[in-house]
Amino acid sequence: MEKPEKLIVDGKRLDGRAPDELRPLKIEAGILKRADGSASVELGANKVLAAVYGPREMHPRHLQQPDTAVLRCRYNMAPFSVDERKRPGPDRRSVEISKVTREALEPVLFLELYPRSAIDVFIEVLQADAGTRTAGITAATVALADAGVPMRDMISSVAVGKIDDTIVLDLTKAEDNWGTTDMPIAMMPRKKLITLLQMDGHFTKEEFEQALDLAFKGCEQIYGAQRQALREKYAIKKGE
Amino acid sequence: MHEIVSSVKRDYIADLARQGKRIDTRTLDQFREISIEVGPVKSAQGSALVKIGKTQVMAGVKVERAEPFADKPDSGMLIVNAELLPLASPTFEPGRPGENAIELARVVDRGIRESDAIDLEKLVIKSGEDVWAVFIDIYVLDHDGNLIDASALAAMAALLNAKPLEDEAWTLPEFPIQKKPVAVTVVKINDRLVVDPCVDEEGVMDARITIATIEDGSICAMQKGGIGCFSREELEQAHELARVKGAELRAKLG
Repeated sequence: MEKPEKLIVDGKRLDGRAPDELRPLKIEAGILKRADGSASVELGANKVLAAVYGPREMHPRHLQQPDTAVLRCRYNMAPFSVDERKRPGPDRRSVEISKVTREALEPVLFLELYPRSAIDVFIEVLQADAGTRTAGITAATVALADAGVPMRDMISSVAVGKIDDTIVLDLTKAEDNWGTTDMPIAMMPRKKLITLLQMDGHFTKEEFEQALDLAFKGCEQIYGAQRQALREKYAIKKGE
Repeated sequence: MHEIVSSVKRDYIADLARQGKRIDTRTLDQFREISIEVGPVKSAQGSALVKIGKTQVMAGVKVERAEPFADKPDSGMLIVNAELLPLASPTFEPGRPGENAIELARVVDRGIRESDAIDLEKLVIKSGEDVWAVFIDIYVLDHDGNLIDASALAAMAALLNAKPLEDEAWTLPEFPIQKKPVAVTVVKINDRLVVDPCVDEEGVMDARITIATIEDGSICAMQKGGIGCFSREELEQAHELARVKGAELRAKLG
């Protein structure tokens, strides 16, 4: 695909969305049988799975912590998830994303309740179209709730950015490639506390503030969908 | 990257922060003494040794011919690598870079790349075939905290020190630097925002946010780290700190 002259025409983005509009979002809880908790997130063309195992005994044992559980996160992209085949295994990008994912999720967990154990979060990107780390965090949170891991709040995550000098919500691959700025963010939606923030590109002070506004709005919608997914799995339905 | 701090010291640092004080008598928005030595290594194109208090980071720039990325035929390459050397801290171990070293390298990379600090388009020898690759290697020599700011400063100082290559394919009169991004890391201790944490403060902090700014104070890269969170107001305060402190750091680059 060639770079289009403009990424926003008549207030509409390449895929027809308004600047503050999320891509179609579908979240499902409990989609994997063997995992203690699981979830899938489809956001536009992104397809992401998350599975939670644990709290369970920590192996190798020398990594056990006597006073707390250890949260381990692995973000991984399938070789077929991107245009050009991605070499399997961790690269520098996925190591970094795994780290910031762990740091985004850990603030809401009561790890001190489970000494010597591990909580493992596995995120697999099956199809990628920008915003996979945020979709992964959104999925992982639902999977943690599905696993029954106690949490202070949910974590909802979305990316905002700047394309054609306009602040937009939820960038696609094309917008990420040709736009100016990408800022993935994750937060506790009720307490409005930010647990993940990364940014590359260019923001003035005003643009940064505007982007934060939009991120709060976007996470609010993600939060609604996360709750809905859990409700659909766990609500007592009529006739049951 | 965080070291265990005794609970006595932990409480002491947290309590001091609440009073707006620090274990080394600095104010919350005060950096330790910074020194930048440029060109300590002659075998590199450019090099710098940065000291922030007792933290020491060396950066070396090497330039080599390379084949460009297929999707960027008209652009030179930038590769940033960081090594947390075992001599720098009892907690650093030999072996392949772990997640802390990778994060450090990638945060420094983003600041330089996203600000267009290097005019990579000038580093093309033949479109699609032959370009210059700029390697920045960050060598952490002594870890007393705030490695990100020290590394970003060392990388930028080494780039500014880089000499034109003595190679017939190199036609530029000087190394094409057009911006000076600097990173400022702000940590949260007991709900107070603190710049330039020493290693004990890093062991106590709830979270950190690194903000890289350019000359006009606008942001070119950010990275939150640590197990904790920031409110919106704290982020805006952190940006203000990064803007003011960033200008101080940039002035040291000359």
